[in-house]
Amino acid sequence: MSKTLVEKIWDAHVVKRQEGFPDILYIDTHLIHEVTSPQAFDGLRKRGIPVFRPKQTVATADHNVPTLDQHLPIKEELSRYQVDMLTKNCKEFGVELYGLGHPYQGIVHVIGPELGITLPGKTMVCGDSHTSTHGAFGAIAFGIGTSQVEQVFATQCLLLSKPKTMKIEVNGELKKGVGAKDIILYIISKISAAGGTGYFVEFAGSAIQSLSMEARMTVCNMSIEMGARGGLIAPDETTFEYIKGREFAPKSEEWDKALAYWKTLYSDNNALFDAVLTYNAEDIEPMITYGTNPGMGIGITENIPATTAQPKSEQISYQKALDYMGFADNEPLIGKPVDYVFIGSCTNSRIEDLRAVATFVKDKRKADHVEVWIVPGSKQVEAQAKAEGIDKVFEAAGFQLREPGCSACLGMNEDKIPAGKYCVSTSNRNFEGRQGPNARTLLASPLTAAAAAVTGKITDVRELI
Amino acid sequence: MKKFEKLTSAVVPLSIENIDTDQIIPARFLKATTREGFGDNLFRDWRFDSNNEPKPEFVLNNNAYKGKILVAGKNFGCGSSREHAAWAIQDYGFDVVISSFFADIFKGNALNNGLLPVQVSDGFLADIFNEVAKDPQTQLTVDLETQQVTIDATGKSESFEINPYKKSCLLNGYDDIDFILNQKDLIETYEENRPFKY
Repeated sequence: MSKTLVEKIWDAHVVKRQEGFPDILYIDTHLIHEVTSPQAFDGLRKRGIPVFRPKQTVATADHNVPTLDQHLPIKEELSRYQVDMLTKNCKEFGVELYGLGHPYQGIVHVIGPELGITLPGKTMVCGDSHTSTHGAFGAIAFGIGTSQVEQVFATQCLLLSKPKTMKIEVNGELKKGVGAKDIILYIISKISAAGGTGYFVEFAGSAIQSLSMEARMTVCNMSIEMGARGGLIAPDETTFEYIKGREFAPKSEEWDKALAYWKTLYSDNNALFDAVLTYNAEDIEPMITYGTNPGMGIGITENIPATTAQPKSEQISYQKALDYMGFADNEPLIGKPVDYVFIGSCTNSRIEDLRAVATFVKDKRKADHVEVWIVPGSKQVEAQAKAEGIDKVFEAAGFQLREPGCSACLGMNEDKIPAGKYCVSTSNRNFEGRQGPNARTLLASPLTAAAAAVTGKITDVRELI
Repeated sequence: MKKFEKLTSAVVPLSIENIDTDQIIPARFLKATTREGFGDNLFRDWRFDSNNEPKPEFVLNNNAYKGKILVAGKNFGCGSSREHAAWAIQDYGFDVVISSFFADIFKGNALNNGLLPVQVSDGFLADIFNEVAKDPQTQLTVDLETQQVTIDATGKSESFEINPYKKSCLLNGYDDIDFILNQKDLIETYEENRPFKY
């Protein structure tokens, strides 16, 4: 029988299927961090049971950590306590921890791929909704709640109903100045922040296939922002090339065996999806959001849609979003002043993102009134940036290169955008207060963010490249 | 896990769509390492101003609306997977959330904690909001056994879906871990015989 890629991987991980019950699904890799794990470890203690497969569990500290002076003790007491608790729990339960100070520390969705932990055909979970990032390798990867974290600790399994499948094809060639972030913001703007709910999405088509691994991660990362359970891309030569030689990737005979298996991981020609959507890459321009959910995005040269153009039942929420942002119906965004630029997060903090920004800002300088934070996704990304001299380019441009963590994407540490200020951010969520109470977030690509940093206002980056 | 069978209560109406988990519980309040106490910061930035004074216009600060049922606009609980959102709603005192659409992860988290997500049609949701606007004391009855939600004053009723396994967990107060732990042998057998071992 023809199967989709999701079905192939899912079915290979079913421990037990029983009519009227969810499947018992085996999880290959469990990634954890300091915020969504302590209550789960506590649960194990209360039940008096160990972590069932500690070697399939990897921890890092990312959500809460400061991005300056990481060699010093964390100043904020509650954050310090939470990070210390992770260290203590990992030690007690035998889980590998890449904590602060470790050369592998970083955002959980950046370190998995760069260490060769993320592999095609795996099932991977983490108590974080952006776990879909790992789907870029052709893995079933998705975010879970803390009760499920405990479940995976206890049994290396989850009870889950098989999701519906959706294929989103993007065909054709991307235009100049348009990248992976623009693709995903475009798709979400078309299908809304809830349009993918209940589905596991496979991204396909020539525009997707032509993307690098890091760009594919950006696309899959934001699957959750359309409500999807996860997103994935069939592995190909680009994938295998990226994985080969990484720290924990299979080696020699194991590699050959793995490769043979991975080459079977694609959706069969006549496999049936529950939904199929198709877009043309040529229709996509640099994207930016104007509202308070990631579905509220437009092409950079477009005007903010009118409230009256929204469905009647949604007009109150829509108006509330525009009020929060300080924007009005039918206004253009280009030319609006910007206070902060944040380049980082599990969406856009990899070396390619930093390289793209560095190439753009070389011999340019940020606008005086703008504060620019570049937060690399991991210690390895940071080290690579320094090895390539990218840090010097940023310094000359007045961009501050900080240390790795989730940072201003969610403002759990001190990296917060002040109330009322506008931040062009390469992160994934523009929710009210996401970057700090009453902060105003405009999501965009690293290039569009860098352009705003240089001009001090929302800018069409195509005019500067 | 907390059991749920049947509840009759007044409701708290929140007719906003796409309420994300960052609104339910902002990230800066996720630093606790236990499950308790998150109710204090439920809807923090809608509920309190920057001086921590209650905002009178927000429904949780309006004494006319009290109850164990939260009724919200569609796509409730989107965004972050933080289970703290479900804990905060429950800790504040809600046992049921009604909406015309729930985000997947939130729904799972709620069910795993004995907080019942009840998905109704857009029309029925509008009926609830209308009745509550007329009379803030409007009571609803949510019956898990029969999978019915009823507006008591009008008798208008609608059935709701729930996975039969999850329903039995809620009715009995079992959780998924109890269920899977009983199948450890199967898991070990799977590990030995799986199609491809990582």
